[in-house]
Amino acid sequence: MKAFAALLDRLVYTPQRSAKLKLLGDYFQATPDPDRGYALAALTDGLATRLPVRRTILELMEKRCDTELFRMSRDYVGDTAETVALLWPAPEPERPLPPLRLGDVAEDIRGGDRAGLAGRLEDWLDRLHVTERWALLKLLTGALRVGISARLAKTAVAEAFGRNVSDVEEIWHGLAPPYAALFAWLEGRGEKPDAAGAPVFRPPMLAHPIEASDWDTIDLARMAIEWKWDGIRVQLAAGRGEARLYSRTGDDIGAGFPDVLAGARFDAVLDGELLVIRSGVVAPFNDLQQRLNRRQVGRKLLTDYPAHIRLYDALLIDGEDLRPLPFHERRKRLVAWHEAVRPPRTDISDLVEAESREALDALWAGARGAEIEGLMLKRLDSPYLAGRPKGHWYKLKRAPLTVDCVLMYAQRGSGRRSSYYSDYTFGLWTGDDRRELVPVGKAYSGYSDSELVELDRWIRSHTTERFGPVRAVEPGLVLEVLFDDIQRSGRHKSGVAMRFPRIARIRWDKPASEADALASLTALIK
Amino acid sequence: MHISEREPFESWLRPDASGLFCVPGGFHVDPHRPVPRAIVTHGHSDHARPGHDAVLATPETLEIMRIRLGAAAGGQLEATAYGVPHRIGDVTVTLVPAGHILGSAQVVIDYKGQRAVVSGDYKRRHDPTCAPFEVVRCDLFITEATFGLPVFRHEPDAREIGRLLVSLADFPERTHQLGAYGLGKCQRLIVLLRQAGYDRPIWLHGAMVSISQLYQRLGIDLGDVRPVSEATDRLAGEVVISPPSALGDRWSRRLADPVTAFASGWMRVRGRARQRGVELPLIISDHVDWPELMQTIEETEAGEIWVTHGREEAVVYRARQMGRRARALALVGREDEAE
Ligand SMILES: [Zn+2]
Ligand SMILES: [Zn+2]
Repeated sequence: MKAFAALLDRLVYTPQRSAKLKLLGDYFQATPDPDRGYALAALTDGLATRLPVRRTILELMEKRCDTELFRMSRDYVGDTAETVALLWPAPEPERPLPPLRLGDVAEDIRGGDRAGLAGRLEDWLDRLHVTERWALLKLLTGALRVGISARLAKTAVAEAFGRNVSDVEEIWHGLAPPYAALFAWLEGRGEKPDAAGAPVFRPPMLAHPIEASDWDTIDLARMAIEWKWDGIRVQLAAGRGEARLYSRTGDDIGAGFPDVLAGARFDAVLDGELLVIRSGVVAPFNDLQQRLNRRQVGRKLLTDYPAHIRLYDALLIDGEDLRPLPFHERRKRLVAWHEAVRPPRTDISDLVEAESREALDALWAGARGAEIEGLMLKRLDSPYLAGRPKGHWYKLKRAPLTVDCVLMYAQRGSGRRSSYYSDYTFGLWTGDDRRELVPVGKAYSGYSDSELVELDRWIRSHTTERFGPVRAVEPGLVLEVLFDDIQRSGRHKSGVAMRFPRIARIRWDKPASEADALASLTALIK
Repeated sequence: MHISEREPFESWLRPDASGLFCVPGGFHVDPHRPVPRAIVTHGHSDHARPGHDAVLATPETLEIMRIRLGAAAGGQLEATAYGVPHRIGDVTVTLVPAGHILGSAQVVIDYKGQRAVVSGDYKRRHDPTCAPFEVVRCDLFITEATFGLPVFRHEPDAREIGRLLVSLADFPERTHQLGAYGLGKCQRLIVLLRQAGYDRPIWLHGAMVSISQLYQRLGIDLGDVRPVSEATDRLAGEVVISPPSALGDRWSRRLADPVTAFASGWMRVRGRARQRGVELPLIISDHVDWPELMQTIEETEAGEIWVTHGREEAVVYRARQMGRRARALALVGREDEAE
């Protein structure tokens, strides 16, 4: 428990990804089984318990601590688990107690034995130091909140033993806490665990944005061309009677899409784009957004925003791994399989034809529908390779749109950038007289390190007001902002929402009065 | 325990617009604005204000005031050693060590058989940079309550310094920038690091230099300390001590990807540490924690407790449970110290 508590304690305060990876990696290397496995479980899928831990702790506290002092402390600290950890009185008389192992606690709560819970909790708390008590209570109440995503924890485990995170993800869903088989394999003591047949996440193949020099090596006759739909890239994995929907990064997003999963009664792992489609027409990305980040969806959402997957590729079908096959062969198998199985709420993304660069450009220029984000070029002979291999898949994004905005607020960054004002809110002029600015977006990328230094200096010397980490500045600096799309939004004062805004150029030369008006942005809404 | 049946203490010792005033002595203790006669417990700026006509304090406190305030330190500065009684008006005043920082004192006031002790800021832990707190039995004890909640239980200093050393070993390519109050805490941290065997140079922000030199002049060995302005590189893997306000500020850009540490009793509460963006919170304080505060109330045997300077509510509540008369004393000009 001591090592785990020290780890959580440091993670909570560590903003840098590289430092987090180091702390996690050191822990996984130095800690024995099964403790490290339960730590990994706590950091990824959680160590769920149905035990009434919160209530029991409050009851114990009532016996051990003055109610009024507990209340005042709780008000000050703001977090019950932390308050209890800080206030828990040392057992009297002081006596040496055996140390407590994370594995013991984890196995106990997985056992789910309610009888005697209070006694066990009391015993555990007595045996721990304050930071360990805090870690224990965080663990038991199921809310670690130490700023670690499941993926980062898996990355740390993989890298600590010289593996790639995709190797771990490949087998992850076939594993269970405390992951003894995983660590045995990572340490070279055991076979690679087998994920065959389970609906597990397979690392997807990603494309490179096309660059001018790429055209020298691209032979359009040997490429498949397909639309890149404007939804989110997903992997639909089904098998052994289960189905799961994963984001591109391996997060299980299935809970929000029961409509899609209900129809997935087959044995296959498919790559596609998640979209909202009404009577065959792809809805704008905004509609899909209504469905994202939900643990549950009501009937109304399901009816108003019907989800659908437009398939691009197949990784496995009926137990056969298709990934070593060339794209044209996989595609043939996908089409035949789809024809035979006819899974609901799916279709196959069409290929499009273009024999020359000119034909491609014409195709591209003609495709201005909001539902299309870009074009994909895929080599017909490429296998399905995890990650972003060079020279196989390319994406052509729609030429981004730009608008000249005025810097309004700047906020301090985090981690490495914490001494710089690096997050910018910018606005456009409104009204007939263009006297007022309305914020239209935020960006924290698109500038170089030396530009950041100059921006920071400008902001500090043109501040009009300060609110904590935020400064308001004089309307005096024009930023040319690049974005992928613009939509109406009721949530913003400006009435519009930009997609992927980033800074293209800092227009030190341009007077703020010559920046664009909000009307010119709304005119771009399709 | 002496529960006094005589005149209430308020008849001769009471807060006024300038601070705590002793009527028969004609002086204020730690007044926040200029007065004719002041007794100053210690050199921190919320206690040692400029512009009094006459100041009585320990020699160390007066030295500190001269450095920090220059000519504004006061008209007539009178130094007095610990333990020497002074007759002032109708009262006798004695300064006694408070264990808070170099020169810090409690003010013991005897008047007509009653004894009041004004603690100023104090702590009970061993601090190699100042004289240890002495318990004085009294009738009225006026205590600070900076950490007046039972959640505040400071860690052993050596354990916290150990955490800093572990981080230095884990991230040898990064500067460890330690935010600390410049008077007292900074010098104590240096000595604690030395006691833990850390013998590399310790680098100081410009604001810490003159006070540290004073400590050295007064015989406290800080080892090799150097101003950051003399560094020829980015101090990767070194310890730099700066005021808390310089953490994550422009000043820190000269350092190598700094790990921001902060030594303070406030670091006990995670929300406070995160609010400040601290990466390595060290729970080291120059004030008593809750158990020590309760122990001190007990040991003074005072029947009456006045509480000031912090979270009075819980201390008053607990002191009453302990059978004391207790009240919160609202003094102007006292803020949360970022110590
Ligand atoms: Zn002080
Ligand atoms: Zn103070």
